[in-house]
Amino acid sequence: MNTEITNMDAAKAREMEHAHHMEMKTFGFWIYLMSDLVIFSVLFATFATHGHNYAGGPGPKDLFDIPYLFVETMFLLISSVTYGFSMVAMQNNNKKMVLTGLVITFLLGLGFVSMEIHEFYGMIMEGSGPDRSGFLSSFFTLVATHGTHVTFGLLWMAVMIIQVVKKGFTDGVRSRLMRLSLFWHFLDIVWVGVFTVVYLLGML
Amino acid sequence: MSQENHNENMGAAHISTKNYIIGFVLAVVLTLVSFGLVMTDVVSKGTAVIGLFVAAVLQMLVHLHYFLHLDRSSEQRWNVIALAFTAILLFVFVAGTIWVMYTLNSRMM
Repeated sequence: MNTEITNMDAAKAREMEHAHHMEMKTFGFWIYLMSDLVIFSVLFATFATHGHNYAGGPGPKDLFDIPYLFVETMFLLISSVTYGFSMVAMQNNNKKMVLTGLVITFLLGLGFVSMEIHEFYGMIMEGSGPDRSGFLSSFFTLVATHGTHVTFGLLWMAVMIIQVVKKGFTDGVRSRLMRLSLFWHFLDIVWVGVFTVVYLLGML
Repeated sequence: MSQENHNENMGAAHISTKNYIIGFVLAVVLTLVSFGLVMTDVVSKGTAVIGLFVAAVLQMLVHLHYFLHLDRSSEQRWNVIALAFTAILLFVFVAGTIWVMYTLNSRMM
């Protein structure tokens, strides 16, 4: 009887330690996101000071297409929600729903990145590349840094889709999906700043 | 191990589809406000600039609350403190840079 109680206590203690460990991992990743936010803030500051240096070249009104931007924005926003649905499904151990959500999120993210590459390609082809003016240098640096983050998020998501299929919901897979969730939502928050400061303010 | 235990282990609050839908609707409305301010000429330019910033900040708060589940609970305390500290840094970086660069000429005279 006594040993049974001791065993139970030990199991409980292990469980609590485990929970604490997971919490620390999530918090560590959160700290990384905060440092990433510092990088973005410096790029925003650079854009704020260079954004009007057109060097006789094209400005926002010549380059940006608002309806195109709206579709891009919606892709990223909807992908945030579909990722959220995946996390709800994970809570209910519904593997099929988790995978469906992840694949839809991946495709929406891919749509976003493709649209951005298409936009950049068009701009560079017509001579409005990052070498054209201070405005365009800071524009490409900021927006492409965000785009690179999304691209790496997609790579991560592809890996997680494979892991969910192969390993199922192990503690490791769950915790990685949780952190990817933070990363993905975080990128959508940064995008709100990008479309407001870079695109919409420029169009006014 | 019960499902409830498992979620606690992950250090995550209970999340629901409803929260994501509320967040999504609010985000779409705020995005439409932002785009509307630029695409229509209903308000003056000065008002539109203020409107854009207000809509952006509100949308970021909506994302933080409904998608990142940030709240005043004790599990989230350190996340919120880290975010608040980062917000101070961001303010110093962005406002400081803009202040220095836009007043450069007058202070070099």
